[in-house]
Amino acid sequence: MNISMFDILGPVMIGPSSSHTAGAQRIGKAMYMICGKEEVKKVTFHLHGSFSHTLSGHGTDRALVAGLMGMDASDARIRNSLEIAREKGMEITFIPDDLGDVHPNTVKVLVVTKSGKEFSMIGSSVGGGEVEIVEINGTKAKSSGKYPSIIVTHIDRLGVISKISSILAHNEVNIVTMSNSREKKAGMATTMVETDHAIPLSVKEELEELDYIKQVVLVEKFA
Amino acid sequence: MYHNAKELLALIGDSGKSIADIVIENEMEISEMSREAIMDELQRRYDIMYKACHDGLETAVTSISGLTGGTGKQMWDFIKSGKGIQDLTTQKGIAYALSCSEVNASMGLIVAAPTAGACGILPGTLICVAEKLNSEKEDILKALATAAGVGQIITKNATVSGAEGGCQAECGAAASMAAAAITQLCGGSPEQCFEAAAIAMKNVMGLVCDPVAGLVEMPCTKRNASGVTNAILCCDLAMAGITSHIPFDEVVDAMFRVGKALPSTLRETALGGIAVTPTGIALKEKIFGGGGCSGNCASCGACK
Repeated sequence: MNISMFDILGPVMIGPSSSHTAGAQRIGKAMYMICGKEEVKKVTFHLHGSFSHTLSGHGTDRALVAGLMGMDASDARIRNSLEIAREKGMEITFIPDDLGDVHPNTVKVLVVTKSGKEFSMIGSSVGGGEVEIVEINGTKAKSSGKYPSIIVTHIDRLGVISKISSILAHNEVNIVTMSNSREKKAGMATTMVETDHAIPLSVKEELEELDYIKQVVLVEKFA
Repeated sequence: MYHNAKELLALIGDSGKSIADIVIENEMEISEMSREAIMDELQRRYDIMYKACHDGLETAVTSISGLTGGTGKQMWDFIKSGKGIQDLTTQKGIAYALSCSEVNASMGLIVAAPTAGACGILPGTLICVAEKLNSEKEDILKALATAAGVGQIITKNATVSGAEGGCQAECGAAASMAAAAITQLCGGSPEQCFEAAAIAMKNVMGLVCDPVAGLVEMPCTKRNASGVTNAILCCDLAMAGITSHIPFDEVVDAMFRVGKALPSTLRETALGGIAVTPTGIALKEKIFGGGGCSGNCASCGACK
């Protein structure tokens, strides 16, 4: 059984809904990690399915924003997160949307950080506070947040993926899952790797020196 | 390694181990935690459950919407009057579940088990039965581990998401977990634990998720109370030697298929069931105003 008993008897959380409050917090936290914990200047949430129907009633709005500021599911400040975010000058927009054939509780998050970096992500809250990040920066992904991960945006060229895995191996970082996709042959591609161990910053630096690699994002585990 | 009840029971074999023993051994392997660390974490979570089950007994706890609250205290006061029909154990379990559910709706601290909407059922049931049996701490924590094992199997093979499977997936799963937990606490065999869990799930098969105004309040709070009586009923049935006939794994599979067959209006969208009764819609308008939901959706009819 690969599901922890503490995922069943948990999360320990501020109510009222594991999927709409705790799950939403975790999706927000995923984006916080993707941004490298940088403060967010502007965020837009595109809410799909029951996420859009029951937004404020379950504190989904507060939980998403709380997670985006790095708060945990059991943090009592979730109740006031919108006020806290606005005091920090965060611009927040919620838009009911149809994201197509996705889980009923899904949200697309678009952010601009204080330093002007842009990130996008689609995450689903799949029940009991568990989440699945299904898209990062326009590329298919699959992450529950239980492992650290690295997202490499690169040009589709022979050997890039093997270079990524060998640099991880040299740094004694074991790979749990690996997924990749590309826009078109020889076009832009993204490789996402989940790992057992925390990924040292030197891995990012080593990768960034390589030809064809455009961007490397380290994501700490967020669940 | 187990993925379902059949495999878990095969692992137990004639070793004399409990479901909890196998679940804890599995946890040691997958999370690389020591047995002591696992028991400590179970204790920490049990303490949070215990507090949530008691905070709404002497003081009325009101939800953030202001729509509901105070039923934990009402039930507690009623128990003190000595006028109830059910035995004291079940009455207390109901009051605990109501309290826990109300603490959740007030944005208080709870342990999702397996979800927040159903968070009162397992602790409410376990605490009242442990009190009746005067159970040892270690046995209570092991009952929690058994509940987690049942929840793992449901999550792995079906869902515990109301948006995916309806209320049967949340309150049904919680009652199954609770039924197995107290059956173990009562000295039932691992097989009896799964019989109790199977019957509890069957009892609420098809139960829809239809929260008024989309909030985890109506009918959730009272369904938590109902889950306690369901779990206690199924424990008594299993301990009497009554079986489910349909094995737990097949019941879980059936629940998942029923969940998939439910229209989305009956899966946590607040677009069906009691949520769209005239009173349900009026309550929604009272909270969110005539504009309906905060997401400005046009589909629920409340804004027309």
